[in-house]
Amino acid sequence: MNKRITFIAMLLLVMMIGLVPTLAQDTIELNFTCYQDGTECDTYADLLDTFMEENPGIVVNLETVPYQFIIESLPVIVEVGDGPDIARVTDYPGFSDFYLDMRPYMEDPALLEDNFNAVPLAAFRSADNPDGLHGFPDAVTATAPFVNATLFEQAGVELLGEGATWEEWIDALTQVRDATGVDYAFTIDNRGHRFAGPAMSMGANFFDEEGNFALAGDEGFSTFAEMLKNWLDTGLSASETWATGDTYTAANEFFINVQTVMYFSGSWQVGGFANTIGDAFDWVVVPNPTGPGGSTGVVGGAGIAAFDSGDDARNAAITAVMEYLLQPEVYAEFSGRTLNLPAHAGALEIGVEYDTDNPLVASALTQFGAEVGKLQDQAWMVAFNPFSFAYFSASNTRLAQYFFGEIDLEDVTVGIQSDIEDAMANADNS
Amino acid sequence: MERSSEKPIGQVPSSRLTIRSFFEAIFQFIIDAVDTLFSRLQTLIGIKGMAYFFVLPNLLIFSVFILGPMLLNFLYAFTGGNSIFLQNRTFVGAENMEMLFTCSNFMDPNTCREDLFIRAVGNTAIFVVTQVVWMIVVSLFTALLLNRRIAGRGFFRSVFFYPVLLSPIVVGLMWRWILQENGILNSAIVSLGGEKIGFLSTASWARLWVVVISIWSTMGFYTLILLAGLQSIPLELYEAADIDGANEYRKFWGITLPLLMPTMLVVVVLSTIRAVQVFDVVFAFTGGGPGTATFYIVHYIFNNGFASATKEFGLASGASLFMASVLIIFTLVQLRLRGVDESS
Amino acid sequence: MQNQSGSRIMEFFSNTRGVSKLHLTDILTYLYLFLGTLLMFGPVLWLVFSSFKTPGELTRFPPRIAPYRQETAVVPGYDDPLPLFEVTMEDGSITTLARIRRVGLEAQMVDPANPEEVIRTSNTDLVPIESIVFSADNYREGIESFNFARYFLNSLVVTILATMLTLLVNSMAAFSLSKYQYRGRNTIFLVIISTLMVPISVILVPAFLIITEIGWNNNLLGVIVPGAATPTGVFLLRQYMLTIPDELLDSARIDGASEWRIYAQIILPLAAPALAVLTIFSVMWRWNDFLWPKIVLTRSELFTLQVGLNAFQGDLQIQWHLILAMTVLTILPITLVFGILQKYITTGIATTGMK
Repeated sequence: MNKRITFIAMLLLVMMIGLVPTLAQDTIELNFTCYQDGTECDTYADLLDTFMEENPGIVVNLETVPYQFIIESLPVIVEVGDGPDIARVTDYPGFSDFYLDMRPYMEDPALLEDNFNAVPLAAFRSADNPDGLHGFPDAVTATAPFVNATLFEQAGVELLGEGATWEEWIDALTQVRDATGVDYAFTIDNRGHRFAGPAMSMGANFFDEEGNFALAGDEGFSTFAEMLKNWLDTGLSASETWATGDTYTAANEFFINVQTVMYFSGSWQVGGFANTIGDAFDWVVVPNPTGPGGSTGVVGGAGIAAFDSGDDARNAAITAVMEYLLQPEVYAEFSGRTLNLPAHAGALEIGVEYDTDNPLVASALTQFGAEVGKLQDQAWMVAFNPFSFAYFSASNTRLAQYFFGEIDLEDVTVGIQSDIEDAMANADNS
Repeated sequence: MERSSEKPIGQVPSSRLTIRSFFEAIFQFIIDAVDTLFSRLQTLIGIKGMAYFFVLPNLLIFSVFILGPMLLNFLYAFTGGNSIFLQNRTFVGAENMEMLFTCSNFMDPNTCREDLFIRAVGNTAIFVVTQVVWMIVVSLFTALLLNRRIAGRGFFRSVFFYPVLLSPIVVGLMWRWILQENGILNSAIVSLGGEKIGFLSTASWARLWVVVISIWSTMGFYTLILLAGLQSIPLELYEAADIDGANEYRKFWGITLPLLMPTMLVVVVLSTIRAVQVFDVVFAFTGGGPGTATFYIVHYIFNNGFASATKEFGLASGASLFMASVLIIFTLVQLRLRGVDESS
Repeated sequence: MQNQSGSRIMEFFSNTRGVSKLHLTDILTYLYLFLGTLLMFGPVLWLVFSSFKTPGELTRFPPRIAPYRQETAVVPGYDDPLPLFEVTMEDGSITTLARIRRVGLEAQMVDPANPEEVIRTSNTDLVPIESIVFSADNYREGIESFNFARYFLNSLVVTILATMLTLLVNSMAAFSLSKYQYRGRNTIFLVIISTLMVPISVILVPAFLIITEIGWNNNLLGVIVPGAATPTGVFLLRQYMLTIPDELLDSARIDGASEWRIYAQIILPLAAPALAVLTIFSVMWRWNDFLWPKIVLTRSELFTLQVGLNAFQGDLQIQWHLILAMTVLTILPITLVFGILQKYITTGIATTGMK
């Protein structure tokens, strides 16, 4: 008798334990894979907390990963079907087979379609769905130089402005370096992406009329490569940065520790510098130096993308999260807190309030705003071409090889072009 | 002194006997439990069957995760596209292999279709030769010294072995920290009146240091093996040589070296095979740079298969195929030299 | 016997010297060994010292060995502790002031004893007040942002389970390959050892595909199982088991022992030295493994220490102060184990390691 009661009790217990997950099935759990240059993911986490309070049926698990993960691992895990629902990516076309077309689930597709530049939106799309809406850039970023103005002041050298050429800049930077005794005049991340802007300013033409990469034999590209090699060889710039093979090495450490006068990178550094430098010295953003090709940086491409889960309810939940982040107020808060320029016309309209009392940050953002206005067409295309990442990895390797004397100057552009064409041929096979 | 350190590992002081017997009891229980099951199995399949049964788990894991992939590698090497799923890949024949090995002049990587691969092969070959030669010299020298009558031999033996335990990532990071432009070594050079040296940004220095740190981190292992080899040389030989009035050099070249040859061979082959696979330590140390000065074959495979945004699994597998063949040849040569086939 | 032979072989190197007097070659030997000790431990010690330094101190050139840290003071009216400097005043006296902020070349200072008054000085005349502090700040910050406990646990689980699995399947296979005669035995053995030194790194792509098909990516099993059938382990154990006389097995069979009992109670205890060596190898391999876990484990909550450490480095900016602290924590456990067991480990490898 007793045994039977125990048995029934046990049975009930087991059934209850079994029921718990069934009861909980009403909530949909979404995975959001994020990387951050400054505080982007932390900000998303806060914004999504609000979202989850308003939408009790959806739980978003935000995971912050290193950028390396986004480049190396994400493509593979997405392909094997183990990817996240939402991710912060830079290679938009790289995932085009796996995105979710959010239009059927959106309350207002115009919120996405009408508020953003068409070039990045198109970069998400695959050839068989020319109108799909899959994601959006969460900031407009552009490359430009940062300068340590305090060092200029100490050296008694006048800071240069709009229209100054690379030659004039390097003269001034060298004077400042020699007067103040810091290690370097100029540093630049070891990336072909950063290199592209100055190369375009020196007259490089990256694309042919059809919009395909056509770099072989480009004069402007070679000119800036030669200039940079010269600076690295003479110790004006840090060759250590370029010595790490194709591993990404940011030169921002040199700038933060006052080891360089100028640091060439992009607007995504602003949020980080606001924290790490603060007002320890005066850091300013200056206009891209000018050359025969004008004065341009290139855009960078961090954006949020939605991935197709194959399940209607889940896709709707993903879209709900994306639409929430697209609300002009939410987007503006994100821009304000992460110190990024908004790519969202609606957010721009209501105005972004930057979360800083540091005047250096405010003026840096103003200057980046001006730099975005000056971007050439090819400065957009270089970030959003289907083979942008083939260009990036090829240029990282080939430039480093040239800087350390493994290949000749003529072989740099020829090598990059042939690497890109190999990647195109390989893609044709699939 | 020496005797106690040569004690077999299994012997445990009697004070720990109770703990030991506790574990033994548990172990015994498991064995008995399994035995009731396996005895029945044995009556079913017989002793011969049990022989197959014992080799099965290992063989299963081996086939699925080592042998299977090695065979699948061929399929990847002869297909193209960026998909990892074989059904989404197109057959391209020998295209990948052709790409890897097309050179107008194999001595000049710039004339090669896929110059990065040829550079990686060249770098690996140079690395293997220099690393193995210096490894032998350094660890043999150390073993000979440790073989003298010295106090604290066990201690020094452990000292040289310690870096073997460190992970390649730690070793790479640590040496990068020491050798960077503002690192402690450059500081020492400057304080002695020298100029800073770009250890990590000069190709020849970077190559040299990769050899140095890989010797630093593994020499303890080979020193141990050589020391064991030295200690197994029969003393009668030296006594006989003494009677003949042979001097130290004659004894070294006439007795020590020839009798150490089998052990040396083990060290040569093991360190060669290790050296061919070099990757992690360099990945953390130089990232393959400057340029491609320390870019080796496994790095090439990793880059094409996993690291770069344009996944070219075909090229990666082609390179794997090449490397696997080289390694298998090495291993078989080693086994032949060690006479393993005869003993089986 | 061994002791005697050990001392005799020494005479080969030292037969010209007296027994109690140190010969020149002895001095050189000790010199080499002590230099070697310095070379082997020096880098690790430098790493440990550096791991206690502040980021600013780390970029200092030339570096100082001991970890200096600028002293700070909490001044009423200011939220954060302010850094202290020695300042030479206009009248030539030297006072200790705290710096509020730096504006261009000028510094705004405050006397901690008199917090109301702001003193303006030139920033270049300030001499920071420093002391040697072994502060745990880097460790604390590192553990907070690096999830050390999680990675440590993952590494521990992988190392222990993988080593147990390796010992089990390898010893069973070695037993079968060394103590039975059957069709296909030599073929199996030859195939296994011909891949003796083909690392998983050369079959990365297809091995990853298989893991994917099984559904083991982002699963610790995907790291634990594939490396368990090590050809090295099978080879090492088989060679050792060949030296165990077959008569032992035969008499056990006569006594009615099953094959399993022979394996577990006769072969395993006798092969203990070889098993110990394989344990050492396996722990070393698994604890330090990097490339394969990096590919299989892409979710950060599953990272092992080595993968986590490298991801840390790959982040936007190399935070050396945190990397150094976390590196020290990574090598700490294996150093402790080695410190305790070093005698067994080195003799074990030397006597049984590679026959």
